Amino acid sequence: MVSSILPLKIEAVTVRRGGRQILGPIDWVLDGQGLTILMGPNGSGKTTFLRVMHGLERVGRGQIAWNAAAGDVRARQAFVFQTPIMMRRSVLDSIAYPLLLDGVARQKAMTEAEALAAQMGLGGLLNQPAQAISGGEKQKLALARALIRAPDVLFLDEPCANLDGRATKEIERILTEVRAGGTRIVMSTHDIGQARRLADDILFLHHGRLIETGPKAAFFEAPKTPEATAHLNGDLIP
Amino acid sequence: MNDILQGLSQAAQLVITGDADLVEITALSLQVSLGATVIASVIGLPLGAWLAVNRFRARRFVIALLNAFMGLPPVVVGLIVYVLFSRSGPFGVLGLLFTPTAMVIAQVIIITPIIASVAHQAIRELWADYHDLLISLNATRGQRIRTLLWDGRRALMTASLAGFGRAIGEVGAIMIVGGNIDHATRVLTTAIALETGKGEFGMALALGFVLIAVAVLVNLGVHFLSRTERGSRW
Amino acid sequence: MKLTSLALITGLALAPIAAQAEILRLSVTTSFANSGLAEVLLPEIQKDTGIAVELLIVGTGQALALGAAGDVDAVLVHSRAAEEKWLAEGNGTHRREIMYNDFVIVGPAADPAATAQTSLATEAFAKIADTQSAFVSRGDDSGTHKMELALWASAGVEPAGDWYRAVGQGMGAALNTAAGMDAYILADRASWLNFGNKAGLAITFEGDPSLFNQYAYLPVNPAKHPHVKAEAAQKLEDWLTSPRAKDLIEGYKIADQQLFVFNATDK
Ligand SMILES: Nc1ncnc2c1ncn2[C@@H]1O[C@H](COP(=O)(O)OP(=O)(O)OP(=O)(O)O)[C@@H](O)[C@H]1O
Ligand SMILES: [Mg+2]
Repeated sequence: MVSSILPLKIEAVTVRRGGRQILGPIDWVLDGQGLTILMGPNGSGKTTFLRVMHGLERVGRGQIAWNAAAGDVRARQAFVFQTPIMMRRSVLDSIAYPLLLDGVARQKAMTEAEALAAQMGLGGLLNQPAQAISGGEKQKLALARALIRAPDVLFLDEPCANLDGRATKEIERILTEVRAGGTRIVMSTHDIGQARRLADDILFLHHGRLIETGPKAAFFEAPKTPEATAHLNGDLIP
Repeated sequence: MNDILQGLSQAAQLVITGDADLVEITALSLQVSLGATVIASVIGLPLGAWLAVNRFRARRFVIALLNAFMGLPPVVVGLIVYVLFSRSGPFGVLGLLFTPTAMVIAQVIIITPIIASVAHQAIRELWADYHDLLISLNATRGQRIRTLLWDGRRALMTASLAGFGRAIGEVGAIMIVGGNIDHATRVLTTAIALETGKGEFGMALALGFVLIAVAVLVNLGVHFLSRTERGSRW
Repeated sequence: MKLTSLALITGLALAPIAAQAEILRLSVTTSFANSGLAEVLLPEIQKDTGIAVELLIVGTGQALALGAAGDVDAVLVHSRAAEEKWLAEGNGTHRREIMYNDFVIVGPAADPAATAQTSLATEAFAKIADTQSAFVSRGDDSGTHKMELALWASAGVEPAGDWYRAVGQGMGAALNTAAGMDAYILADRASWLNFGNKAGLAITFEGDPSLFNQYAYLPVNPAKHPHVKAEAAQKLEDWLTSPRAKDLIEGYKIADQQLFVFNATDK
């Protein structure tokens, strides 16, 4: 494999929107292996933070730096949006789309997309319009589309928010496999059980700041901040 | 009222007997307007998409210009094309005046802004939907535009059809640059103008009904073609 | 699939119409075209000379302007003063008289201005003005319009007021307006006879020699516009002034009336 696009160094990054600071300042380094879970209450800045890392948000002060020596870093990341963006194409064409952008031959792209779709349980929907399938199916499709390029880094924004237990389990199984395959994953979730099942380490955001970071065990067994403690207990945070 | 009925029956008669002149001018109408629509679409659709996707200084100005050009009186376009292609004009040596080619050129000028403007509107909405995804997937500028054009093809078809509708019904410009020459540049609209001038309202109305029928048929044909396209339910 | 058919259509649109015969472009006035004589003459011209004449049907002013710009090969109009001015500017080689027809005064069948009781066109015009009867003028600087203005001038009338309507359009459109308003109008006989929407109108005055309308043929000057088809223009002139043309022109009738009198002379 060519040199990794990691580490990603985030230094004193802030984001201002609508006249107020909605994120930061944040200092953090994304490196190594594994799956990081981003937690925090609604509006704490999870989506914004993920988008900042992926380069979708204009930042105010501070710096974000991928391992520039790795070349085109965006093409080696993938992002699953909180609200899946569905193209006006069939399910199969949607999954194959990133490969077509890379110049992969159409036939080959279709074959790969079909195999991946089958693996993700979308095999029966290949010719359906992507915009007409169910919410959960859209989530899976978005995940398949993100995985087809075998990214080095995968960002997911609440990928299981609309899914039933069975589908959630399926996605978790896939994510576990993807992580085992060496892809670095950062994902947000409100599902504490999911965080316990999947995470290697946890980031806890509150009012746009990373107030707690660390390995899963430490976070769940002995949270250091009252906000994290309250969040885990399901209490309202002041 | 009587005139209209008479026109309708005359139209039916012309169509049923396959009147040779009618066939000829209808074919030329289609040839000129479809040709102009294809060329104007090739220019206008990507231009509309490009304007929707790119942010640059003169963007608002270009869009304002486009909207202004939509209202350009065809007679003025005809005059400008006439002056350009007249033997005494800068492109006179081409000898294009009073040919179907000159008519196509005039119509392209008239309908490109319409097609570009409708396309711009449609693509802007699609771009709002696709923006984050295409950026995230690292699509190049060209790829973004191609994706938007392809996925927005239904709306773009409407843009092209709007252009076609304007083209096939246009008379002011092609009268000037085509000259309404019998068996050479006479099309449905200029023939209607001629018959009206002769006071032959029945014939003029008959040709008018044929024109409407042709426009409707082309629209239906295009929609039928795009409906039978596999797996499209957008 | 779709793309190739589109390309085909585009190609068709751009391909020049295949020229089987030699094409000669002739600008003529609306009134000549409306006479219907062209439909008789053009096929015969093609048969006899091999020249396919393409007619550009416009007003006198535009007909001459097309010639001056070199966009046609010859001009056939009926407005002597304008023709001579055009020649003096070096736009054509010469002027050849071909034939004449006449103008008539058309008006409400009841003839409220009693124009039928006069013997001169100028008197008829004076009566229309006196009675303030509605009158439609071409108002488009055409040969017919110029003739009308000349008649007002010799009648000593300054045509203005509610009764006088200048429409700025061709003969047919002006006749349509007159029919709609039940107004008087000066028209060439051919346009009138061929006009399909006569409504309540009829000829109220005719026959004064001052209403004669001389048509002349003017080839565009090849010294000014080297691309014009001077040879074909000459061939057409020879044909138009031939006994064969005389027979066809004088034999052309609408409602049993002869419209044109051939008066070409040998050069
Ligand atoms: N473009 C914007 N303009 C103004 N405020 C914004 C903008 N984008 C985000 N915000 C605000 O920034 C804060 C963080 O939003 P963000 O979407 O990152 O939260 P989140 O943690 O993902 O929330 P949720 O759990 O509801 O998805 C919110 O208060 C939001 O209203
Ligand atoms: Mg969010």
